[in-house]
Amino acid sequence: MVVGRAGLQGEHADRVFKALADPTRRDVLRRAMQGTLSVSGLARLYPMSTTAVQKHVAVLEDAGLVHLTRHGREQLVKTEIDTIAKAQALLAEFELLWRGRLDRIGDVLANPLGGDRS
Amino acid sequence: MTVIAVDRDLAALTLTIVSEFGAPVERVWQVWADPRQLERWWGPPNYPATVVDHDLTDGGRVAYYMTGPDGEKLHGWWRIISVDPPRSLEFEEGCGPPNEDLPATTAEVRLVETPEKTTMTIITRFASIADMEQLLGIGKGEGTRLALGQIDAILAITTAS
Repeated sequence: MVVGRAGLQGEHADRVFKALADPTRRDVLRRAMQGTLSVSGLARLYPMSTTAVQKHVAVLEDAGLVHLTRHGREQLVKTEIDTIAKAQALLAEFELLWRGRLDRIGDVLANPLGGDRS
Repeated sequence: MTVIAVDRDLAALTLTIVSEFGAPVERVWQVWADPRQLERWWGPPNYPATVVDHDLTDGGRVAYYMTGPDGEKLHGWWRIISVDPPRSLEFEEGCGPPNEDLPATTAEVRLVETPEKTTMTIITRFASIADMEQLLGIGKGEGTRLALGQIDAILAITTAS
């Protein structure tokens, strides 16, 4: 199984990594992982307008990393931790691929003339 | 061979693996510089690689294909960004026809010799998840995965040798 096929795919995955490329958005995500936050509460934490914070939250929402729910007059931000775990898994798959290659390099170095395939 | 450090940087889409080999730096360099040695380790056991072009010079190209159990061929390529034998190699890599317009995945290999061994650092920077999925497909043989038992077997052989 290729993790990407079961989890993050193509354009969606690109949105995840673009969303995570910004330090403010990573900070919003970290805070949201510790509990539900309101957009207005977040806006008080950063030296930027509520509109700017809303835009950051919208990028995170577009990437499927958080979702917004309305509670009275407040917009609440909740995380989708599962998506992040899947992104992490894809890098882990590459690590596994390289560990296999490094093991085989060890074999090549130990047996310069070949015969290590069988 | 011992893997001594792994860093997965999720935000930067970068994987760094540091490993050690009990061989001189010139010997370890040969597994990259000699196409016959490269094809013995690049592909997984059930998808052996055949290197058809191998020009390790700045701007040079490496082209290969991997042959699956049912005879299917998966094509891949490198474009060499810089090379400094036997210390460093940096290349773009992809599969299918090379595309000059898109940012590519890059791999950087650095070899450092200490008195008794060689340390190899491999830094892979992915341009996008789409690239990761594509390369993962060809890297493992499309749609297949090394069984954990196979990896254990390889580890056992390496430890024994």
